[in-house]
Amino acid sequence: MITTLGFVSVFVAVVLGLLIVYANNFLINRRKKEFGIYMTLGMGRKQISKIILMETIFVGVISLAVGLIIGIFASQFMSILVAKMFEADMSEFQFVFSKDACVKTCIYFAVMYFAVIIFNTIAVSRYKLINLLNANKKNEQVKIKNPIVSILIFIIGASILGYAYWKVTADAQSLDRAEKIIPPIMMGIVSTVLIFWSLSGFILQIIQKNKKIYLKDTNMFVLRQMNNKINTNTVSMSVICLMLFMTISILSTSLALRNTMQKDLIDMTPVDVNLYKTANLPETYTQYGRTITTTKEQREDSKISIQETMINNKFDMDNLKDVVEIPLYATNEITMEKFFGDKIDEVKAKFAMLSYNTAEQIVKISDYNKIARLYGIQQYELEDDEFMVLCDFDNMEQIRNMALSDGKHKLTIAGKEYKSKYNECKEGFIVMSTNHTNTGIILVPDNCELKENEKERYLLAANFNANTDEEKEKIREMFESGDSCFVQSLNEKGIQLDGMTKISIIQSSTGLATIITFIAIYLGIIFLIASSAILALKQLTESSDNKQRYTILRKIGCDEKIINRSLFRQIGIFFGLPMVLAIIHSIFGIQFALETMAGLASKEDLLPSIVATVIIIGIIYGSYFLATYFGSKNIIKEK
Amino acid sequence: MENVLEVKNIEKYYGNKSNLTKAIDNISFNVKKGEFVGIMGASGSGKSTLLNCISTIDRVTAGHIMVNGEDITKLKGNKLNKFRREELGFIFQDFNLLDTLTAYENIAIALTIQKVPAKEIDRRVQDIAEKLGIKDILKKYPYQVSGGQKQRIASARAIISNPQLVLADEPTGALDSKSARQLLENFELLNQKLNATILMVTHDAFTASYAKRILFIKDGKIFNEIVKGNDTRKQFFEEIIEVQTLLGGDLNDVI
Repeated sequence: MITTLGFVSVFVAVVLGLLIVYANNFLINRRKKEFGIYMTLGMGRKQISKIILMETIFVGVISLAVGLIIGIFASQFMSILVAKMFEADMSEFQFVFSKDACVKTCIYFAVMYFAVIIFNTIAVSRYKLINLLNANKKNEQVKIKNPIVSILIFIIGASILGYAYWKVTADAQSLDRAEKIIPPIMMGIVSTVLIFWSLSGFILQIIQKNKKIYLKDTNMFVLRQMNNKINTNTVSMSVICLMLFMTISILSTSLALRNTMQKDLIDMTPVDVNLYKTANLPETYTQYGRTITTTKEQREDSKISIQETMINNKFDMDNLKDVVEIPLYATNEITMEKFFGDKIDEVKAKFAMLSYNTAEQIVKISDYNKIARLYGIQQYELEDDEFMVLCDFDNMEQIRNMALSDGKHKLTIAGKEYKSKYNECKEGFIVMSTNHTNTGIILVPDNCELKENEKERYLLAANFNANTDEEKEKIREMFESGDSCFVQSLNEKGIQLDGMTKISIIQSSTGLATIITFIAIYLGIIFLIASSAILALKQLTESSDNKQRYTILRKIGCDEKIINRSLFRQIGIFFGLPMVLAIIHSIFGIQFALETMAGLASKEDLLPSIVATVIIIGIIYGSYFLATYFGSKNIIKEK
Repeated sequence: MENVLEVKNIEKYYGNKSNLTKAIDNISFNVKKGEFVGIMGASGSGKSTLLNCISTIDRVTAGHIMVNGEDITKLKGNKLNKFRREELGFIFQDFNLLDTLTAYENIAIALTIQKVPAKEIDRRVQDIAEKLGIKDILKKYPYQVSGGQKQRIASARAIISNPQLVLADEPTGALDSKSARQLLENFELLNQKLNATILMVTHDAFTASYAKRILFIKDGKIFNEIVKGNDTRKQFFEEIIEVQTLLGGDLNDVI
């Protein structure tokens, strides 16, 4: 958690650093005339650099100090807020004032401002006095783009983008290795730049064709404003668009992920405790490449039930109620490879990385129904010659369904042939987990001839015999605390009894959900603020140019209403264009993210999280937009 | 008397191969110490470019400009800054005052850059403000005073460091006639009482008539030169109008 946040912080620092350099660049450019005057008075470049340096340090130190003070208090507030939001165990969070964080902040800040100073010095050394003095008079040269080239580039950009979209959605299967996602991402970036490069020209061409729109109100003025500025702002528009895309995708997918996790959690933890133990331990076996020799005691224990083991190790069974214990079978007759039968080649061709030699888990139907009754989930029935598959891990379900879909799939166990009752996997699980991770259990009729030595594991599910949380916690400690005599006794004998309690699953899962949500909100909002700030800053600094233009409009008889409307449209377009493309990007990006997360976040949970994302973005982006509009309106107002 | 400014065969080209403009085409002239020289010409004649080259705001393509015997076309870096600081005073058409500074501060900054002791700065600012009649507005910001006052603040700033050469680019361009007259009287005063050497670019005959010698520029070349001598200002003004008529095609500029 701490290291992840550390990395994220570095990343955020880089983003903010770039933002500061960029913003500073604007502000310095607005002061060209002033520097020109200084130079005519005989000030050297070095001295001007020194002035800027002093200013930068001054502003930097003040903002650092203020930021630190606000940060110390805000972080306290944040930890309370986060704790409230996620009902998380806050003991793992380190949000109290830390010297470390303070020092890091100072270092990041120093690095950022150092970068600013370097950029400023470079900028000043490039200035020519004559250009400085004439900065106001000189109009920005309007680069006129060939309309045909614009349209062509736009079409090329859109095609590349379309291909990238197709690649990450319809053709996502082909992206089986992590590095294969890089080309579509690069295509996305390049096409974004191309589209913004050509967009204004393209729109202008189209709207000019439609005289009704083109010659209405101040539309042509607004269009030209856009054309004039977007020409020179291709890179920043693209960067803003990509940042917004990240914000939307990160926020909505991670919120969906969190929702799914929390919902799954309730479904997936129906009882207080699960215990399991390997059955039929051999004298030696290999695990992770090491050969492990078992003791006689261990081997004997592996032949008895979990309940017996517990009693043997001084566990008072009165602490548990609703105890259900079932054996799980595994046989070399049914490995994953054999499960697929004659479909194996087809499956292997598509999914080469599955370990096909693993033996499948087999459970007798009545055993499963005992567990299912306890868990309150769907129970099933099988005829003597039928089998069925339970699987709720989305990706694996799809793969298994390839074999089951024709309804004629057959398996042979102990010489007897069983046919699949259903033409798909059914929902169900036997082991509690944080989410749907059952990759496949084969249910067979009770009279299936599974031998005693094919028992692979015992599984025990039970509730704690307790009414209050405190009592439950006490019983949990019997299983999970090193002080409990039950655990100590097991350890002495070297008996491995695995398991999990509802309490610990919920704790770890909430922790994870909190981390994900927290990082997502943190990153998402930083990106959002960074891009809105750039847009707002650009618009506000350019408003002096706009002022002249709007003054002319006023002089030729535009009333305030029309002027305000065209200003609103102009700023609206600047804020809207990157957002629109970012939303289109996100539609595909989110789909890809859901696909990649392999069912960790479900599509049903996406809608509320998208709504939440829209609200967050609406508030932040919207208020920046309004602030920019009212600020600019004030600037262009006639005094 | 010694030459403060010697301009030797300077040329200035703009643009690229396909579209070359000769803004200045082989101009030479001298300005002596204490002279008040006007440069006249229509818009586009090259007069502002000439001034920009002399003031080191722009660089010449060829030729030399000597100020007090030093070739300023060769100056770079700190020497150039020192030259601007100590030898030149600028007056611009649009004043170029710093709008965040008061009149007092705008004038004083020329001296603080030169690291003049604080006591002396105050004395000199008060002194020059007295002479130019802007003592009452020293505490005001540029946006609080009139155009004429702004230009007098700018003039004060230009001459407070006792420069060898004061360069004025259309100083009356943004002023009404009353303010213009007041400013030009101030220039006369600076020239006569403080012995400041002034080089002033203008296209306005009335403004030019305050100078003692006028160079006419047309298409980047010196076209004519007239000296006031013992004429009255009115006579000199008529002389200027005559030359302007000769220059031709620029009647609009006369009015």
